[in-house]
Amino acid sequence: MQARLLLEDGTLFTGKSFGAEGELTGEVVFNTGVTGYQEVVSDPSYYGQIVTMTYPLIGNYGISRDDFESIVPAIHGCVVRRYEPVPSNWRAQYSLGDLLKEHGVPGISDIDTRMLTRKIRQQGTMKGIITTSAKSVEELAEMMASVRVDELHNQVARTSTAHLYHNPGWKERIVLIDFGAKNGILRQLNQRGCDVVIVPHNTTADEIRRLNPDGIQLSNGPGDPKDVPHAVETISQLLGEYPIFGICLGHQLLSLACGADTEKLKFGHRGGNHPVKDLATGRCYITSQNHGYTVTESSIAGTGLEITHINNNDKTVEGVKHTKYPAFSVQYHPEASPGPQDNSYLFDQFLDMIHEHKRQNPQKPRQAELMAIAKGEL
Amino acid sequence: MPINKELKKILVIGSGPIVIGQAAEFDYAGTQACQALKEEGVEVVLINSNPATIMTDTNMADKVYIEPITLEFVTQIIRQERPDGLLPTLGGQTGLNMAVELARAGVLERENVKLLGTQLTSIEKAEDRDLFRELMRELEQPVPESTIITTVEEALRFAEEIGYPVIVRPAYTLGGTGGGICATEEELKETVASGIRYSPIGQCLIEKSIAGMKEIEYEVMRDANDNCIVVCNMENFDAVGVHTGDSIVVAPSQTLSDREYQMLRSASLKIIRALNIEGGCNVQFALDPQSFQYYVIEVNPRVSRSSALASKATGYPIAKMAAKIALGYTLDEIVNPVTGQTYACFEPTLDYIVSKIPRWPFDKFIHANRKLGTQMKATGEVMAIGRTFEESIHKAVRSLEIGTHRLYLKGVEQLSQQTLDQRLIQADDERLFLIAEAFRRGYKLQQIQDLTQIDWWFLDKIERLVAFEKHIASESALTFETLYEAKRLGFTDRAIAELRAAGQPSGSHTTEDSVTQLRKEHKLRPVYKMVDTCAAEFEATTPYYYSTYEVENEVVQTEKQKIVVLGSGPIRIGQGIEFDYSTVHAVWAIQKAGYEAVIINNNPETVSTDFNTSDRLYFEPLFFEDVMNVIEEEKPVGVIVQFGGQTAINLAAPLQAAGVRIIGTSLESIDEAEDRKKFEALLSRLHIAQPKGSTVTSVDEAVGTAQSLGYPVLVRPSYVLGGRAMEIVYSDQELLKYMEEAVNINPQHPVLIDRYMLGKEVEVDAICDGETVLIPGIMEHVERAGVHSGDSIAVYPPQHVSAELKEKIAEITIKIAKELKTVGLVNIQFVIYNNEVYVIEVNPRSSRTVPFLSKVTNIPMANLATQCILGSKLKDLGYSDGLWPEADHVSVKVPVFSFAKLRRVEPTLGPEMKSTGEVMGRDPQYAKALYKGLIGAGMKIPNTGAIIATVADKDKEEAVELLRGFSSLGYQILATGGTAAALQAADIHVTTVNKLSEGTPNILDLIRNGEAHFVINTLTKGKEPERDGFRIRREAVENGVVCMTSLDTVRALLNMLETINFSSQAMPSL
Repeated sequence: MQARLLLEDGTLFTGKSFGAEGELTGEVVFNTGVTGYQEVVSDPSYYGQIVTMTYPLIGNYGISRDDFESIVPAIHGCVVRRYEPVPSNWRAQYSLGDLLKEHGVPGISDIDTRMLTRKIRQQGTMKGIITTSAKSVEELAEMMASVRVDELHNQVARTSTAHLYHNPGWKERIVLIDFGAKNGILRQLNQRGCDVVIVPHNTTADEIRRLNPDGIQLSNGPGDPKDVPHAVETISQLLGEYPIFGICLGHQLLSLACGADTEKLKFGHRGGNHPVKDLATGRCYITSQNHGYTVTESSIAGTGLEITHINNNDKTVEGVKHTKYPAFSVQYHPEASPGPQDNSYLFDQFLDMIHEHKRQNPQKPRQAELMAIAKGEL
Repeated sequence: MPINKELKKILVIGSGPIVIGQAAEFDYAGTQACQALKEEGVEVVLINSNPATIMTDTNMADKVYIEPITLEFVTQIIRQERPDGLLPTLGGQTGLNMAVELARAGVLERENVKLLGTQLTSIEKAEDRDLFRELMRELEQPVPESTIITTVEEALRFAEEIGYPVIVRPAYTLGGTGGGICATEEELKETVASGIRYSPIGQCLIEKSIAGMKEIEYEVMRDANDNCIVVCNMENFDAVGVHTGDSIVVAPSQTLSDREYQMLRSASLKIIRALNIEGGCNVQFALDPQSFQYYVIEVNPRVSRSSALASKATGYPIAKMAAKIALGYTLDEIVNPVTGQTYACFEPTLDYIVSKIPRWPFDKFIHANRKLGTQMKATGEVMAIGRTFEESIHKAVRSLEIGTHRLYLKGVEQLSQQTLDQRLIQADDERLFLIAEAFRRGYKLQQIQDLTQIDWWFLDKIERLVAFEKHIASESALTFETLYEAKRLGFTDRAIAELRAAGQPSGSHTTEDSVTQLRKEHKLRPVYKMVDTCAAEFEATTPYYYSTYEVENEVVQTEKQKIVVLGSGPIRIGQGIEFDYSTVHAVWAIQKAGYEAVIINNNPETVSTDFNTSDRLYFEPLFFEDVMNVIEEEKPVGVIVQFGGQTAINLAAPLQAAGVRIIGTSLESIDEAEDRKKFEALLSRLHIAQPKGSTVTSVDEAVGTAQSLGYPVLVRPSYVLGGRAMEIVYSDQELLKYMEEAVNINPQHPVLIDRYMLGKEVEVDAICDGETVLIPGIMEHVERAGVHSGDSIAVYPPQHVSAELKEKIAEITIKIAKELKTVGLVNIQFVIYNNEVYVIEVNPRSSRTVPFLSKVTNIPMANLATQCILGSKLKDLGYSDGLWPEADHVSVKVPVFSFAKLRRVEPTLGPEMKSTGEVMGRDPQYAKALYKGLIGAGMKIPNTGAIIATVADKDKEEAVELLRGFSSLGYQILATGGTAAALQAADIHVTTVNKLSEGTPNILDLIRNGEAHFVINTLTKGKEPERDGFRIRREAVENGVVCMTSLDTVRALLNMLETINFSSQAMPSL
């Protein structure tokens, strides 16, 4: 079946459909990872986006039970040069095409994806629409234009969990604020034995306090951090009280909460090969990235934050930490999935920070206090 | 970290001659490294014995030593030059082993030379099997069950314990020399015995076979600040069991999910960190296709063949970065030369798929064992880039130049099912084509998977290609949709036409021209995409392109005039690195003349395919259609074919027919030199003598001609390369046998028959601008006519040719070059017989000897030739007609063979070329130059020892006198019956040894036990003992014993030994 991709600037690509029938509009972005398409299509941070995979052969190893970053793909379309319908891998359970079809996500193959990538690089990310219908270009352009701003700007609410849930462990209690969290973060915390409570994006500071956490993990998520002002407010209230570790959107939200600013990048960083320099050691790490916004470097001064990591290519901010409070964050994805596993040590740093915070702020046993309350003495 | 200021002078060790397992990739790496070091203002001292390399050009290093890479010579150079550091990781296994030897001998410490890049302990940990396994255990990295043995008995005991099949890997050897998979006790005994001999430390690893798993490689880099990156990963098409150098390889991996990819990536980084390598490293894994279980197979703590491939596959210059890291730079501070705006500390990402197919020498060695295993057999490789696997593999197939341009080999239909199945199980060089054949016969994918153990993913692609072939052949009129899809799958116009001609003989578009025509009507042309390391994420300016059938073309045309140079394709016997050397020099000369130079080539190992070499590199097959497409894109003012060997010469005619301007010697002249009849006419017109001969087109005619010329005669097919299928035959029977086995004679494929003259062979390369003929030098061959010129020891200046004859040779050369209106290079081969000069062959192109002769005469031959081609006159450049004054040094070019790696190949020298590489020895004295050459070629020349002689009756007289010489130098002579009797009769002390038929211990045991240091064996044709002789020769080469099959070589050796050794003689009695 034929499929077409129309860009906001009028460029039309005609190819073949390998996903669901119908139309979907989204922001067209590209990801340069050679492996990891399953993680990408199921990563909630891509919510509402049409993702172009720059590697031309996609579908090679199928879809496995284990590699989802969320149960339902959040993307609005998948663009590939060549879709490989016959997967070959011992874990493959079905094909990428089947997954997209099941969840109503259109996929287009057999177009010049390198041309598309170069266009985005030169002109910046733009809206696009994928269709399998025979609608005219004018009609499609109109449909694309009519997609409500709101729909593309309220992504966090759409990807965050609606209800609190508990992922029990036996060690530190971590409250994970879900702005569209990848499973990878949870996996990393689980591996370390953490007792994780996942809460919706709009959970208040008091609600979080009542969960009595040892630390707070701010998750990744889609879109513009400025679309989630309530989260910024919550974080600023908790700052200093609990150790905080932010990832990606969580990093941007922490920065905003401290008073820094964010801005949109021309075409973002999406892939598994971005070099990040740790300014303290001079060491460079290869990181997994997926973000369209970044913390503005010049806005850091006076916020109490200091820059700890920068992107070694474009020198944008990749990590900050608070000089007074136990809080740090990174723009990239230490949980990998997909991408290099070199940065998972950051979760250990988070736990070290929690232990240090505990040492410095020993909690008084509440036994006596509780008895007093029970006896009505207090 | 800033550059280490203490390193002012660095010694770089090259990899020596080209042998199987160590080819041009180290010239590419070494050249890059030397350039990178010089860029930083470091003084570079280079040693490499191989003159046919760009790296040994005197402008590549501050001091270039073309000397043997032995402890003795390198030590001397270190003493002379006093370098601050030694960079050992760019010269392959040779360079690494040399560094280890220097360190162990205490030379580095004594002379205060710092080992750069990788420390001795790391090299040992990676190379020594025991230390390696210990390290892997520490790192919790799985390795297959294995043990280190030093005796056959230990090996047998261990195999008994873990069960067969087992793999034998000798320690510290190249390309798996002497190793193999053994399924039985018998096989194990044999392999281990030879493995122990090949290992310089007499050690083998016996390992549980993990054949059948996926083989995955990672190319990793690390700097002193512990920054680590993966440059590229690769997946082998063939499962574990076939040496990675003999496997079809794709980059990046195709069947690994991100989890598997990252699991192996993390393991690679862990290993390079533990080894503390500062530079590049290659890690090979076996991955179970049914679980996450993997094994580390091997680690190479140096730049390798795979890293050259990875560099070309990604655009990331590994060797250059390794050199910078050795100077103290860190990856995050080195700018990525591809983008010019990002840094080297990142991981390249591809938006195309790369296929590599090895090029094997079995077309030359028809009797060789073609089975592929743990011992590498390929001499070279091709690489192709496409946006689909199908496109990529199709391009790679037609780059091979093996007579096919798609997944089809002539004659495969005739294979029995049993043979087909067997050859699917036991991989050989043709398996890719046999898989396609199996699909054509209706085999199911599962069935082929069971037989080959090749991953489904690859097999599925081949199955679909075969299905699409059927579709192409099924349409009565070729539709645009089918044509378009076919082009996107990499089918050539010729393939489409062939398929249609077979399937729809009365349908449309059954000729190549008509398919091309249809394509042009639809404006269906390839576009060119850039290799940029970053999948278009950043702007790049690398002029490195590949074709594909898509929408956007990325080539930015400039106003400058362009010249296209055709490369020489994969390295094979007869067409080696020498041609790449000339190609690169041609490019430089073109650029200097103010043109843009465009290269088309497909060999990932070479300097010519470094995107820094030319103004634009098209990594494309040297196939007419692909070349034409580039030419249509570039619109050059001319195309140069004379530097790319026979590959490029063969393209001249079709290109000219398509209206392309060939510059340099004209196509008509090329034809005049190559067409037998025209060539004969040319020589007789000029009154130049040539051995009598003629062209025949049938077997009867052949016999008649041979009888009238008189035996022995030299027979060969016309238009050959490197003496392919050339033989000297002595009788009608031999001639008939040859006609039956070696050639397919018919009017389209005539055979040449010449009278065979047993004379001295002499070779000349000359440069001509159409008016003036400059002859840089004459080379004399040590072995007489009958031994291929590429396999002969060549001496410059000639030591045994009179001034008069030299004059005559120069005169003839000038006459021929002028008559052919040569513009550029011409190579002429002569035979001197009874003081008369005969012309045997004229090659109107750059030859194998151009780099050697350029270096020893100091005349930049390829450069001058290119200037002539571009219109310069030699007179204006300060040259005049005739022979250039001879240099005062004597230089010797010694061929190097890879017989040890090719079972069943006959080591006897003959008219068919067999050597894979060459070394040079240079000295004021001939004997010393020869000594250096022979030592550099790997000969062990002890001052005393034993010589085994078994010579044919016809050679006995001559051999006796030579052996007398050896005897009086103090060598012990061992000989079998006939030869021994002849020696005794001549009063030479000899020990008689048993022939093979005379029971043990026989001659083979002596060789095997290291009791002989030289073997002299000449061929007895057509008799039963021929097989004995063969076994003796094989035993010698497999045991690393010098084996000489030409008495001329023996004489040269004797003369040399007489000059450099003393003999004791009693006083003459009064």
